[in-house]
Amino acid sequence: MTFLATLMNGEQAAFKPASLTPMQKLTLRFVVVGLVCYAVVVIEGMIMRLHEVTPVPTIQTEQFFAIMTAHPLVGIFGSTYSIVCGAFLFLVPFLMKKPLWSITLGNWTCALLGIGTLTFWGAGFLSEYAPLYTLYWPLPADFTQFSLWGGTFFIVGIALAMVGTICFVINIFKTITYTPEGWDRQPAGALLASALGITAVKNFFVRRKTEHLVPLPVAAIARGTVDTAFNSAVILGTGVLILVYMVAALLGIDLRRSAVDALLYKNWFWWGLDLVADGLVLIFVAGTWYLLATLITGKKLFMENIARAALLVELVVSWTVWSHHLLSDQGQPAVLKVVSGEMVTAFELITQGLAFFITLATLWSARPLKMTYPLRFLLGGLLGFALAVPAGIMQADVGLNRILHNTQWVVGPHVHVAVLVGLTMTLYSAIYLLLPMLTNGAKLYSDKLATFHFWAHLLGGIGMGAFMGMAGLQGMLRRTLYTDGEYRVFMILAALCGTLLLLAFLAFFLNIVMTLGVKGVLGIFTPAKVRTKDLLPVEA
Amino acid sequence: MVDSKLVLAGQTIAYTCYVLAIMALVAWFAYRVTREGKPGGVRPGWFWSFVSLLVVIGVSLHLITYNTIPWVALDLHRGSAQPDTTITIAVAEHRFQLPADRIVIPCGRHVLFRVTSADLTYGFGLFREDHTMVFQMQVVPGHDNDLLWEFDRAGVYSIRSTEYSGPAGYQMVVPDAVEVVCPTGNAAAPTSDAEATP
Repeated sequence: MTFLATLMNGEQAAFKPASLTPMQKLTLRFVVVGLVCYAVVVIEGMIMRLHEVTPVPTIQTEQFFAIMTAHPLVGIFGSTYSIVCGAFLFLVPFLMKKPLWSITLGNWTCALLGIGTLTFWGAGFLSEYAPLYTLYWPLPADFTQFSLWGGTFFIVGIALAMVGTICFVINIFKTITYTPEGWDRQPAGALLASALGITAVKNFFVRRKTEHLVPLPVAAIARGTVDTAFNSAVILGTGVLILVYMVAALLGIDLRRSAVDALLYKNWFWWGLDLVADGLVLIFVAGTWYLLATLITGKKLFMENIARAALLVELVVSWTVWSHHLLSDQGQPAVLKVVSGEMVTAFELITQGLAFFITLATLWSARPLKMTYPLRFLLGGLLGFALAVPAGIMQADVGLNRILHNTQWVVGPHVHVAVLVGLTMTLYSAIYLLLPMLTNGAKLYSDKLATFHFWAHLLGGIGMGAFMGMAGLQGMLRRTLYTDGEYRVFMILAALCGTLLLLAFLAFFLNIVMTLGVKGVLGIFTPAKVRTKDLLPVEA
Repeated sequence: MVDSKLVLAGQTIAYTCYVLAIMALVAWFAYRVTREGKPGGVRPGWFWSFVSLLVVIGVSLHLITYNTIPWVALDLHRGSAQPDTTITIAVAEHRFQLPADRIVIPCGRHVLFRVTSADLTYGFGLFREDHTMVFQMQVVPGHDNDLLWEFDRAGVYSIRSTEYSGPAGYQMVVPDAVEVVCPTGNAAAPTSDAEATP
């Protein structure tokens, strides 16, 4: 086939969208939305990287900070949430061996995440609304700096994404507990108890153990989804608060911004926001590692009961660690700094370390393994978290935080290495593993592109985090701009690594488009011709 | 008092060693997992040893820093401490309002920086001439934001806001705003407009 023919029809024309079930289409739609958002994030990231090397004359300061505001939000809600929601809406019914509760609600989740992201991104792009994702009070309501209408649409966009997320939460829990048509009545309460870990806690105190009704990855998804629900409620609540001030201002009423206690607000907001970074991400990732390890090896998970218990500990820990974001807030009580900020946060080293060990031990038990793309990316994801979690534990220390808070150390070796190397490579592993199943056997276009994708992403991600971290140790702050070239050498090196990340994504994107074909990608968004609630076609 | 630069150097060495070790471990694992090995999986003893190691590291990190980084105890117990000098700084409309053009601080004294904000959340950080950070704290409106510090070497420092407060915030820098003078230090004699007073 010629390049053009492959571009249009996919590798060997093996991908036939007409053969897809509604569930396969739903999952692939999420993946496409997630990857498009990821493309936006990578491009925005590169613009910022170049601007940090030397200010780009065509980019105004307001635009730079508007990009900085949109960048993590598009990354989290537009890209990661889309891919994660799509994967879990497929995997939960797959592992529970029953249909998804509502495909329609699943499509609404996908649409709301996509439209919400487009709305808040567009609002930021057009109006340069830039309170950053931290939204420290009263900055989001500071209308001397920001456009009222821009802010209103920004918050509405975030709210749409959160409503989509709540639809996902409902769908996951209903799928776990409901009784499909024609089935014997399912024990909804027992299923929920098993998914949330209540059964495991009961088993700890009684001699006669109750059997776990849901597989371990489903338990991980359910527990991470609890944090997703709490997080959505907090973000929505925050959005409503900000909207009240915006609507009042639009009506010509100036509400007293000091009526909201800035430190209390910060505690509330970080409690909710931390349920993403220190909650659902870690729980979802651990669950995904376990699933990938068992699927790759075909073996039982090493220390499965301990893994199950650790997921519950992680959930509880995620509710109590927010204070590590307030170690530099002098009004924050010292007891909260030490207990929540330091001690409980240190548990994340233990729970994530357990997940790391259990995954490696499961893989080890199946030697010799073929170094497939899923395995390769899984190891990359494990390495990413092995690098990023200790970096986070170090900054979650009262002493070290005094000289690390808000430096590039936080956002480099911790945040970007965790997200780009740890989380994204884990998601790539899942995508490479599930692609044949979701596409009914589409043939990967190029092994060379996939190999380049792996190495460029791994080296680019670790390298960028490392050079940002080195700049941070030299005093370079995050969320600011240096115009005199103070940290130029580090920023040039970080930009080169950022370029590697961009090239890695382009290689992956080209590989996927050539695998599915342009017609195939478009076909994902047309209504399914196969009428079934089954996940896969009968003949697959 | 141990300088924050020394603490960062220690951290850099420790983390770099860890990074090299964990990367080597994962590379070794990636190689070995594709090779034939002895049948049987990992022994639970290894697992529990690893868990114990994580517990020891998690707990000891904070104990070590508490006992070796001098500003930790100073900070946590600053409510009951009596500062030798208090420097009051106000922030409003993206500007620092300092008590003098250059604040002069003697070595070896406990200095309390008290910073208040009239509008937004800002940051307050002190930076050396080579741009490295001495310390920072958040400046939250409606709250007392105070930090107790002891300087033990001469130098001239800039003040910079360490928290984003809108696009105008990145320009919140006051060069050479603080001068620390030691009796045997090598800094120039004070040319201050005002000396910090107890």
